[in-house]
Amino acid sequence: MTYILKPKLHHPSLPKNDLGFTRRDYEGRVSTLCAGCGHDSISAAIVQAAWELDIEPHRLAKMSGIGCSSKTPDYFLGQSHGFNSVHGRMPSVLTGANLANRDLIYLGVSGDGDSASIGLGQFAHSIRRGVNMSYIVENNGVYGLTKGQFSATSDKGSKSKKGVENTESGIDLVALALQLGATYVGRSFSGDKEQLVPLIKGALSHHGPAFLDVISPCVAFNNHAGSTKSFDYVREHNEAVNRLDVILGRTPIATAYAPGELREVTQHDGSTLRLRKLAEDYDPTNKIAAANYLQERHAEGEIVTGLLFVDPDATDLHDRLGTTLTPLNQLTSEQLTPGCAALARINDGLR
Amino acid sequence: MKEIVPGGYLFYDSTKPLPASKFREDIHVIGVPLTAICNEAYKLPRERQLFKNICYVGALSHLIGIEPAVIEQLLKEEFASKPKLIGANLNAFNLGRDWAARHLDPIGLQLQRADAVGDRIFVEGNAAAALGAVYGGATVCAWYPITPSTSLAEAFTGYCEDLRTDPDGTKRYAIVQGEDEIASIGIVVGAGWNGARAFTCTSGPGISLMNEFIGLSYFAEIPAVIFDVQRGGPSTGMPTRTQQSDLLLAAYASHGDTKHVLLLPADPGECFEMGALAFDLSDRLQTAVFVMLDLDIGMQQWLVPPFKWDDTKRIDRGKVMTANALEAGEFFGRYTDVDGDGIPFRTYPGTHPTKGAYFTRGTSRNRMAGYSEKGVDYQDNMERLLKKFHTAATLVPGPVIRPAAQKTKTGVVYFGSTSAAMDEALETLEDKGHHINAMRVRAFPFGQDVYDFIHAHDEICVVEQNRDAQLRSLLMIEGAIDPARLTSILHYDGTPITARFLIDAIGKRLDARQATRQITRKT
Repeated sequence: MTYILKPKLHHPSLPKNDLGFTRRDYEGRVSTLCAGCGHDSISAAIVQAAWELDIEPHRLAKMSGIGCSSKTPDYFLGQSHGFNSVHGRMPSVLTGANLANRDLIYLGVSGDGDSASIGLGQFAHSIRRGVNMSYIVENNGVYGLTKGQFSATSDKGSKSKKGVENTESGIDLVALALQLGATYVGRSFSGDKEQLVPLIKGALSHHGPAFLDVISPCVAFNNHAGSTKSFDYVREHNEAVNRLDVILGRTPIATAYAPGELREVTQHDGSTLRLRKLAEDYDPTNKIAAANYLQERHAEGEIVTGLLFVDPDATDLHDRLGTTLTPLNQLTSEQLTPGCAALARINDGLR
Repeated sequence: MKEIVPGGYLFYDSTKPLPASKFREDIHVIGVPLTAICNEAYKLPRERQLFKNICYVGALSHLIGIEPAVIEQLLKEEFASKPKLIGANLNAFNLGRDWAARHLDPIGLQLQRADAVGDRIFVEGNAAAALGAVYGGATVCAWYPITPSTSLAEAFTGYCEDLRTDPDGTKRYAIVQGEDEIASIGIVVGAGWNGARAFTCTSGPGISLMNEFIGLSYFAEIPAVIFDVQRGGPSTGMPTRTQQSDLLLAAYASHGDTKHVLLLPADPGECFEMGALAFDLSDRLQTAVFVMLDLDIGMQQWLVPPFKWDDTKRIDRGKVMTANALEAGEFFGRYTDVDGDGIPFRTYPGTHPTKGAYFTRGTSRNRMAGYSEKGVDYQDNMERLLKKFHTAATLVPGPVIRPAAQKTKTGVVYFGSTSAAMDEALETLEDKGHHINAMRVRAFPFGQDVYDFIHAHDEICVVEQNRDAQLRSLLMIEGAIDPARLTSILHYDGTPITARFLIDAIGKRLDARQATRQITRKT
């Protein structure tokens, strides 16, 4: 939330996407977060993903709640409408926006306080409702804006900056999202842009509730020894199951891969998710196996990252409701108001 | 038994007769052993219980001369979908009627056949409000079940299935049952932000939960329509009883300086009109608009004139910048008062590739929607919101004023479901020599004509169905009316207000005032 504008002047040699936009056209205002904050890396990854996907900025709506993470929509996609709503309630606002106009892309940005504490209910219900959205939690395990309280995703036994040990169990939003029916589930790390950008691209291209848990260390309050969300800890314990490429339309495979190394998942809309396997036998279309794998590795203290689950034939809330393809906010008086003749019939029925 | 007027009748189940000492001496007592009759006629406990009522109607039909054919016709209509029950109920009716014919004489009162209904319709306010929402162009409904508002969402669902569903099943609406009231209003705010007409329906406890979002709607200026079907409060209160006790809650909902637009329908007819109007007002004013029903209006069937609609009417979306206007280079400042009415222009997301995008937030901002904590920016915005509220006072429905037969300095102010009882009470009071001008308030904020009425009278009785005189408080707060001029007549036991109560309460007040005048020799 800043009033510093970035200069609009671009270097002429900046690469442009198919729409003629440079990456700078997808940026927002200057971040007011702490220098080195993981969230700024995620904002940069969102900019990169939207640029690479040739998304028209005004066709995307960015929504958030309250917290450090929820401030970030001001720092990317400045040409998009944004809505910084109330604490923990981004999912319902996004759901309403999506109902009003099914044609836009909805990107929800939230944090671990916003989604795992006050907003756990709305997080859960927006996913089980099947809202077509990309829901990103910028997960740092700590309340940054209010200076360092534990959040609900802090692991039991992890230590605060002042050395206090967290005695409460941590919530794993990825495990919840899987159970609740998210049809695209991934985890990544703000410090691994190569992994993160394709995961965001996949989420933005997915038709259905897509959830990404992005571990994003808080440099001010949760980046010390004893924390399980610090840069060092995540780097040491990051266990990626695959590397993802998102391909819109069919393009030939250019690189040579060893047999069995590559797995392609073609989604309902024709986009292809090309996965390079890192963990043997990990099948991201098998939800039960994915859930088991996550639990096993978690018990070993590892943080499993990558595209963890995808249902290529996912449906969304509009499919389930049977809503017209015309966005509801574009229906005319004639399409909405039944008129006098219908009212006369209703009156007759009430006599 | 206290309720019965002297000379009136008490009709009771005399299977176990009560001693005469239990009854008042100034009333007629008629006993019919309904339980005994039904126990003899039926074997199943369920039948013995269920048919007692219709057996009672049968006995009553003999006593006051109700034509059996009329009852038969009504039974046929009531049980049209379960024809087996028509004969069974008719038998029970005749059971009671025959017993009464054998043992009792008609009491001398004869029910008269009349047709006072005319072309009027019989409908509950929740259904009427839901139909109003359909005609008002609502496309998104998010709600959470709560008595007494549930049937509003259900009626909306039913009307949309009939009126807004294409033959292939495609729906021109979306209804979501939220996980709670907070999610419901969140969905409404999200949809309103994105340019759909959206509403939720709830009751007092739901409004309490929605407060934070209502403040966001006010401050970020996002349309939202909320139907509050009021019940007895506070807390869980009396969920199945009626009250008008959410007035202050709704008028000033949420933290900080907030004020909201309230519409106050008096019957299902106005529920339909205001149910539709609320969406135009909410879009024009870009803020939350409440339609304040109560359980009595919402869940009871009322006899009202048929619904009317004007087919030339078009949905008024208020000040929305189009892509063409943006392309032509028209000025757009999201929170800039360009017309002097406090209402800024807005854009829907996705309107134009490079122009008109802005960041919506619950935090303070400047006229161009940029984040600002500068005192001047904050105050400028708050003043404009106040100006917008004054504009609202000119847009909402004005009061309905009913003058007395003679010139008078006494007035009565009331609203909502008090209306029907008040009409009856004013006639009786007029007959008794009490001349009273009456004003039915139909919206908040109050227009100038509301204050003009109050200032034209020496004494005003403010009648409402709550303990704390909430309408009176609003008049005092917003209109700086001297409290001494406003006498409260309050009815809040959860039952609908009656003409008898009003005649008694208003009559006593005016008699006392007359007595004071005589003592002080004032005229």
